[in-house]
Amino acid sequence: MERSTIDLWVGLFMVAGLGALTILALKVGNMGSVGSNETYQLSAEFTNIGGLKPRAAVKSSGVVVGRVSGIIFDNEKFVARVSMNIDSRYKFPQDTSASILTAGLLGEQYVGFEGGAEDKPLTPGATLKLTQSAVVLEKLISQFMYSKADGSAGK
Amino acid sequence: MFNRGAIINIRGLGHRTIDSVMRFGYASRFFALTLLNSGACFRRPHLIVRELYYTGVQSMIIILVSGLFVGMVLGFQGYQTLNTYGSESALGVLVALSLVRELGPVVSGLLFASRAGSAMTAEIGLMKTTEQLSAMEMMAVDPIARVVAPRFWAGVVSMPLLAAIFSAMGVYGGYLIGVVLIGVDDGSFWSQMQSAVDFREDIVNGVIKSVVFGVAVTWIALFEGYDSPPTAEGVSGATTRTVVTSSLAILGLDFVLTAFMFRGI
Repeated sequence: MERSTIDLWVGLFMVAGLGALTILALKVGNMGSVGSNETYQLSAEFTNIGGLKPRAAVKSSGVVVGRVSGIIFDNEKFVARVSMNIDSRYKFPQDTSASILTAGLLGEQYVGFEGGAEDKPLTPGATLKLTQSAVVLEKLISQFMYSKADGSAGK
Repeated sequence: MFNRGAIINIRGLGHRTIDSVMRFGYASRFFALTLLNSGACFRRPHLIVRELYYTGVQSMIIILVSGLFVGMVLGFQGYQTLNTYGSESALGVLVALSLVRELGPVVSGLLFASRAGSAMTAEIGLMKTTEQLSAMEMMAVDPIARVVAPRFWAGVVSMPLLAAIFSAMGVYGGYLIGVVLIGVDDGSFWSQMQSAVDFREDIVNGVIKSVVFGVAVTWIALFEGYDSPPTAEGVSGATTRTVVTSSLAILGLDFVLTAFMFRGI
């Protein structure tokens, strides 16, 4: 076979391989979405984060506005400190509340933001004051059982 | 009589153990020599390009077809299982993650070992049998620099590209079955996939795996060829050993790498 034909085929092979990698990165992976934009950091303290994991979504009104970048345990206050990278296109007022919610009944957990009425926006690096922890199903059931038991005893 | 037989067996066991350790040491020396003598083939890249044609381009058809079929099977099987839990919109995630993390590198590594690795072993073994390697040495051409190193680098370069092609074809196959044939929602197929597959955690780890498999397969194939007894029987045995050893090496290395990369934390 001629040298130039081999070169052509090898070139095609390299283009196909690198093209496949690019497709995987852009179409299959999340290189194109949140993460490539400018972000700023916010943090929040929760008494219980449930099953929240790093890279979980941060949503406001159902729209993804950022991702959880890290979760550490604060050994002085005994709370979980969740830091989040928020897309800098979105600004939230200072009395925004953060809660840990679940997508569907058994879905993955995410942080939900609900904007307040304050005029001033949160500055980068700020900590959210109003937080609501994850709902622990066992606690909910045991509370329900207790109240049920109380109710039937009273009758 | 019984004692004598037992002693001979034990002696044979020890002999085989020492033999295989020695062979492993020789293989490591061969690997180091290949790396040390790679300079010449980087200065003459057409040697690598020629080998890329034989290892990479000629393996592409089998990789394309099997990637498509593996993806289509994943589409059917994933839909069956996910449908039971009413979460068939997660089909994209299942197909993409299983391909990018595991099936892409492993299956294309196995195909590469049997398609390109066996050919490499047979070629070098036959070169040795027909004394072409000795002839090169006579002409003061180092056979490792001229024959082995270009093949090694071609294998290392083409393996991750083949794995990426395999995964991309597989995702397309899963899309064909899941979205086009069965009718899973197009938007949720891609958007759930994109939010679940991470570039660093999944795609880069898959590429690292395939590079490691490429090094292992080409090293084993080249060494078996270089070390094969110079007879017709010896070359055929070496070719068989290449496929068996490199398949086992791929599966073993895959376990070790997966244990490091995805510890479930």
